[in-house]
Amino acid sequence: MLTIEDLYVKVGGKEILKGINLHIDEGENYILFGPNGSGKTSLLMTLMGFDGYDVVQGRIIFKGEDITHMSPFERARLGIGMSFQRPPTIQGLKTRDMVRLCAGGKEVDVDQLAQEVNFTGLLERDINAGFSGGEIKRSELLQLMAQRPSLVLFDEPESGVDLENMSLIGRITRSILDGPLEPRNGVSMKELKSRHQISGLIITHTGYILDYINADRGTVLYEGVLCCVARPRDILEHISKYGYKECVRCLS
Amino acid sequence: MSQLKKDERKRVDLGKYSFDNGEQPGIKDLRQLSEEDRRQLTMAGMDISETQRSGSYLHVNHSKVHCKATQKGVEVLDIKEALDKYDGLPEYYWQAVDKDKDEFTRAAAEKIHGGYFIRTSKGAKIKHPVQSCLFIKGDNVGQNVHNIIIVEEDSELQVITGCTTSSNVVSALHLGISEFYIKKGGSLTFTMVHNWGREVMVRPRTVCIVEEDGVFVNNYIMMMPVSSLQSYPAVFLNGRGATGRFHSILVAPEGSHIDSGNKIVLNAPDTRGEIIARTITTGGTIIAPALIEGNAVPAKGHLECKGLILSKGIIHAIPELKGTVSGVELSHEAAVGKIAQQEIEYLMARGLDEEQATSTIVRGFMNVDIMGLPPELKASIDKTIEETEKDMF
Repeated sequence: MLTIEDLYVKVGGKEILKGINLHIDEGENYILFGPNGSGKTSLLMTLMGFDGYDVVQGRIIFKGEDITHMSPFERARLGIGMSFQRPPTIQGLKTRDMVRLCAGGKEVDVDQLAQEVNFTGLLERDINAGFSGGEIKRSELLQLMAQRPSLVLFDEPESGVDLENMSLIGRITRSILDGPLEPRNGVSMKELKSRHQISGLIITHTGYILDYINADRGTVLYEGVLCCVARPRDILEHISKYGYKECVRCLS
Repeated sequence: MSQLKKDERKRVDLGKYSFDNGEQPGIKDLRQLSEEDRRQLTMAGMDISETQRSGSYLHVNHSKVHCKATQKGVEVLDIKEALDKYDGLPEYYWQAVDKDKDEFTRAAAEKIHGGYFIRTSKGAKIKHPVQSCLFIKGDNVGQNVHNIIIVEEDSELQVITGCTTSSNVVSALHLGISEFYIKKGGSLTFTMVHNWGREVMVRPRTVCIVEEDGVFVNNYIMMMPVSSLQSYPAVFLNGRGATGRFHSILVAPEGSHIDSGNKIVLNAPDTRGEIIARTITTGGTIIAPALIEGNAVPAKGHLECKGLILSKGIIHAIPELKGTVSGVELSHEAAVGKIAQQEIEYLMARGLDEEQATSTIVRGFMNVDIMGLPPELKASIDKTIEETEKDMF
């Protein structure tokens, strides 16, 4: 699905990512750990293709295409979707219309989707205008549900979310990644699964999201370098016990 | 600074325009107009079929050509007929606007070509809007109109007025005097669409007086090119509990000079005023003054003036608040800027290309929805936005 080869990225002239190599298979959920300022968000922004993240070396291959220099909308149309941590407010753009835009030309039942993320009451509000932490997350998920990307980039799905919202957000995140959680319309779970090969690259600090999703592998980004690949639970355990410094030394 | 020269208002030379012999034959039905004219009228918000309207008034160059009311409770007349019928309308004619205000009011007072007179009956709720169009055809036409709207006690009225020129007009001057009177408990929603031409000069003079518990809502949409427009409609909230709101959307392409402001005077307790202006330049100049004056308490006023400079051009927002008694609550927010890159990227990450993203943000910024326009007017505004967008990006 996604291959990153020897990626070096500069932000504002400063080298932030220093030789990243990463491969994510179809349907694989990959967890990205790392202390603040290690370059996690920069990696996601680079994958989405935003201005100011200058790739000075290396390549990004998505579905066999070199997307290193593609614009964000071309990447989005190829199937990359991103959940923003601090999305901007767009005045006069109703959440309902935003969700419709996300669907591109596809048919979408906005009300049905909104019901699933408990967002019905906010559809007529301007997108992100005065949204709480939990509302931002749910709105981002709602947009991704309409967009239906094949690779989802989640920037800290649990940050700023209370416990009640966490279970809803966890459940929806899982359904975006793994497809519907129950068999329906006479289609077996096995069939549903095989159709739904969504990959995820997920940044987490707390690891709460691991209670909800099936994470296949995890890695630690430390000062712009990927340090190890291991089972996400193991990494989390090491970090919480010994901190990042020790974790990097131990696992690498 | 030589840059400031661009800011200077274009002078109107009254002698250049013809104020005579522009009388047009009347028509029974708007469908008798040429296809081209019908198109211009539709773009300015006119419903040619008149099915969703309680009345229509069409003025071309120097005379009325069509005027009728179709609902009980509302009277629609040409101003000249109204002056004859009601002995010169002494309570209303030149009572809100000062005849000697400037050379344009004097010119309009000297020779009147027409204009609408709309009056509701006491307590009448007029379901569909009354529509009017002030239309200019031919070159160097000078048009003087005088409009009067009277909303009697406890009645409700919506008026949609479009001002436009036929597409081949090179140069014209429009002088429009408008005097609106909203009596106790009355409500007027006045929506004006201006679609002028590149060489048209426009000098409207508008004053509205609102009595106790009256409501005046003024929507103004001006997106097409104009040579020079200068207007500063004022509303005086003279009765307790009266409300006034101005909502303007102004777009200035290259060559347009728009000086369009609003004034609300809170003259009684429990009055509320709101001014919202959204301005966009794609190369032209917009001066957007706004003033809320509080002379009584309790009274509240808020004004919001936001401008976007898309590529080049000038936006000069002048928000003013004046309180003359202790206890008035007046506030404002003003901003002139550009589209935030972060907003564009957010939409691009959802699959919109840069042009679609920009257009989505600009439409949101204009926020036409907030005006609550009737659907077919909204549709014609959307069409105008689409056309102007071609020149925007």
